[in-house]
Amino acid sequence: MSDSHAYPHEPTGVETRKLGMWVFLSTEILFFGTLITTFMIFKGSDFPGMKLTDVYDIPFTSISSFILLMSSLTMVLAHNALEVNDQEKTRVWLLATAMLGAVFLAGQIYEFTEFYHKGFELSTNIYSSSFYVLTGFHGLHVFIGVVLLLALWGIGQRQKGLTLEGGMNLEFVALYWHFVDIVWIVLFTVVYLI
Amino acid sequence: MTKIIEPKRQSSIFRRPSSETGIWSWITTVDHKKIGIMYGYAAFFFLLIGGLEALVLRIQLSQPDNNFLTAAEYNAMFTMHGTTMIFLAIMPISAAFFNYLLPLQIGARDVAFPRLNALSFWIFIFGGAFLYSTFIFGTAGAPEGGYLAEEVGWLGSAPNGGWFGYQPNAGMKYSPGTAMDYWAIGLQILGIASLISAFNFITTIINMRTEGMRFMRMPVFTWMTFAVSFLLAFSLPIIAIALFYVTFDRKFGTTFFLTEGGGDPILWQHLFWLFGHPEVYILILPAFGIVSEVLPTFSRKPLFGYAAIVFAGFGIAFIGFGVWAHHMFASAISPVAQAGFGLSTMVIAVPTGVKIFNWLGTIWGGKLKLNTPMLFSLGFIGMFLIGGLSGVTHSIVPADTQQTDTYYVVAHFHYVLFGGALFGIFSGLYYWFPKVWGKMYNESLGKIHFWLMMIGFNLTFGPMHWLGLQGQVRRTWVYAEETNLQFWNIVVTVGAFIIALSIIVFMINWIFSKRNGEKAPFDPWDARTIEWTIPSPTPVWNFSKAPIVKSLDDFWHTKYSEDEEGRAVKRAEADQILLDLEEEGLNPSEHIELPSPSYFPIVLASGLPFLGYAVIYKSIPLALIGSILLLIGGFGWGTEPLEEEAFEDSHE
Repeated sequence: MSDSHAYPHEPTGVETRKLGMWVFLSTEILFFGTLITTFMIFKGSDFPGMKLTDVYDIPFTSISSFILLMSSLTMVLAHNALEVNDQEKTRVWLLATAMLGAVFLAGQIYEFTEFYHKGFELSTNIYSSSFYVLTGFHGLHVFIGVVLLLALWGIGQRQKGLTLEGGMNLEFVALYWHFVDIVWIVLFTVVYLI
Repeated sequence: MTKIIEPKRQSSIFRRPSSETGIWSWITTVDHKKIGIMYGYAAFFFLLIGGLEALVLRIQLSQPDNNFLTAAEYNAMFTMHGTTMIFLAIMPISAAFFNYLLPLQIGARDVAFPRLNALSFWIFIFGGAFLYSTFIFGTAGAPEGGYLAEEVGWLGSAPNGGWFGYQPNAGMKYSPGTAMDYWAIGLQILGIASLISAFNFITTIINMRTEGMRFMRMPVFTWMTFAVSFLLAFSLPIIAIALFYVTFDRKFGTTFFLTEGGGDPILWQHLFWLFGHPEVYILILPAFGIVSEVLPTFSRKPLFGYAAIVFAGFGIAFIGFGVWAHHMFASAISPVAQAGFGLSTMVIAVPTGVKIFNWLGTIWGGKLKLNTPMLFSLGFIGMFLIGGLSGVTHSIVPADTQQTDTYYVVAHFHYVLFGGALFGIFSGLYYWFPKVWGKMYNESLGKIHFWLMMIGFNLTFGPMHWLGLQGQVRRTWVYAEETNLQFWNIVVTVGAFIIALSIIVFMINWIFSKRNGEKAPFDPWDARTIEWTIPSPTPVWNFSKAPIVKSLDDFWHTKYSEDEEGRAVKRAEADQILLDLEEEGLNPSEHIELPSPSYFPIVLASGLPFLGYAVIYKSIPLALIGSILLLIGGFGWGTEPLEEEAFEDSHE
């Protein structure tokens, strides 16, 4: 997708795809910023009715948050392995990252189901609406991240293996994945802790 | 996969796949120039539709108590007029300029991500088609017992809650039926298209500049593209989330904007205008850029205060995020907020004024050539100035409260968006016509177009100022005969038809000149920026070798030097330089690689409308079709051989 070889480009010295990802992430901040702001506005309102505090289970969510954070570690390990061109280890750590992400998603599905059975439904009131839309939007991001990681793992099965340049490379996905993790740290604090 | 254009003297035939011509070449293209042209035509098509809607509105208002349209149809027409003009006409026509010119102005061979570029174009097309499919599939509906619950024709089966979709009016209770869903999801899809192009342009400008093209040597149009891309990237996410909420409220029973469940209709206004005000600058800044290219060229002087214009552009973009509540002075916001937003509204006039003075400084003492692009740019300054001044009056909160929802506001924003943005766009269309088509447009027809449009425009929107001050309210399908508003309303309607006439002249000129126009030299205007150093029409490879830029207005300095008194003197060797440039531009001496065409952008984009319909009709099969298309598109996209590998392969 980039420009030709002979043609000079990248005056900043940053790889174009990576730069594009940074720009993309900067808009993601606005997406989550709007969602979080709305959530905070509604959280502070005094509408009568069922609140998140009536249903949530902080120990459970803490564990799933920990799992998601660990996936950032495995992502770094995958990157390190690729830097010394250890294809096998790279694949293992990529798969581990994807699996940890999937476990987090499973936890979220379990949590949503629990809440739903307790009567905290999407359309119950603004507390539930803003909770589900905010965390669901993050969950969608984790899901896309898992798909990207699995795709990368699949590409790694080819004879050539993975490289740090070209195509949908590991660094590109790693940036996204770390961003999604960092957002969860903010969400966990905002939604569950304060 | 990679197409390699061999040097001409080595082989007379370019290696071109069969899809280099014909419809498939357009569908699969990733060439920024072809995408720009398609953007232009699609946007112009929607401009015509939006214009027809405006004419229908004006016929209704030409007589008091008229019944040409029903109230419901009138609501649908003004909603679609606003939505179309903003999202489907002005924004994409600016995108057409960005696409075509940005790589040429920074000396690049294409944008940073050519396939993403094609993707945003196709998403825009599918989004527009999706929005307009409401006329076929949508139902407007009306609340039980309301006076709008009358028989409506197909004209009325469109979104009818205004382009701003205020809540709770646009909610399920007061707007049953599916039309407002088409609106919310249609805008969502169009937003994705603009977001993707914003990433693409930001990355392109930062990372694809040719050697020597430092930031402070970039043409002002490129700068304004940069500012607009940031505005898009940071304001569209806000409206995207707000539209999510609307869709959830309407389809899944949430109450984000409905007080029944604790929601807040004012929150919608805040979120909408947090996007909506930057959007105003998204629409106008490209025109600022175009005018800043045209004025120096036809005044034969450098742009007065280049740095000031650039920084003023970014100042406007930045402050543009801090003035949104001046759209809400009549809503429930506190006096402190009103005072603050009144002040920030006055402040944003300062960088705008800086620009106006710089443009005046540019033409001051210049040897003006009054060609059509120059006329439109001069018209732009005058009309935009009127719109800007009536805008400043809105910063006075009591006055604004009086003017809210009257035709005074309609007059104001048409002076800014039509007299401003659209005049700038026409200026650009004429200015770069020779570069795009290699032909000259007809100068007399161009001037007729300008004067007709100037007269029609002022007849249409000038009287609206006093109609508004006399109290005619907008978004209302009739006015009573006793109000004595009829005279100026007739004038306005006549003006609207004169604008329509001027557009017909423009189209005749375009079609005729494109076919039979004089052959254009590659530098017909004695211009200043590097897109004029290449042949007209632009060859598919843009620059045959990467240009090296040594100064601002590099091309001008190649042709001219200064005498002791600072006057421009044509260099002796200038003519020879031009001949060499043309020769070289047509006959590249090195391998040129261009990104290869791809089917997958259009496949990927085609999935989105299905997902949209799936949400509206809560249909699992449609959702599956949409997801499968997205998957096929995404998978094909990811597994298509990349240029790098293909390039290496082709040399093995």
